[in-house]
Amino acid sequence: MGVEATKEIDARGSFCPGPLMEMIRGIREANVGDTVAVLSKDPGSRTDIPAWIEKAKHELVAVEDEAGYTRFVARKAR
Amino acid sequence: MAEKMSFVAFSGTADKLQALATMVSGAAAMGVETHVFLTFWGLNAFRKELISTPMPISPEYGTAGEQVRDLMVKKGVQPWYEVLGMAKDIGDVKIHACAMTMDLMDLQQSDLDPMVDDVLGVGTFIGIAEGGSILFI
Repeated sequence: MGVEATKEIDARGSFCPGPLMEMIRGIREANVGDTVAVLSKDPGSRTDIPAWIEKAKHELVAVEDEAGYTRFVARKAR
Repeated sequence: MAEKMSFVAFSGTADKLQALATMVSGAAAMGVETHVFLTFWGLNAFRKELISTPMPISPEYGTAGEQVRDLMVKKGVQPWYEVLGMAKDIGDVKIHACAMTMDLMDLQQSDLDPMVDDVLGVGTFIGIAEGGSILFI
């Protein structure tokens, strides 16, 4: 596992748009400054999660490619 | 980025409801004011007693329709009404039922899933949708 996160959400069983929804919920429930990691096998997450983070003005900390899935880490900025 | 998007949900087949729910959730996630106008078979699918019933796949798939359904099950695609519920939870999504279809099918709002916000005439919906894009599914 790469960058540490305050909360880890395994959304690998979830199809589009599930992982993005998990990231949104995770960030919403987090405290400002916390980091949320979402694991996704959905190829759409590759563009959708960073696009949402930018739009919602949070911070994309890391995108890590693992075997068969990607781990997205975001920091709640506001 | 679009500021407002409206979807006319006319079809009540599983594949089109899934596409509707997925696009609505994308719009909701991106902070777009989103409206869904339910009419004909799209409205029918929101009846309380039908909403969790698997709907048929669109006829244009022909004999591949059942394969499409099998793939959706195998890939663990979340049911469309759950995806729409999530979209409402995370964003600005309003679901409107078409008053004319309600009359045609002898339905009251209490016959529909609580996700439905109100019952409107088409003119009111067009007024709400004004200035945004409208997609007919």
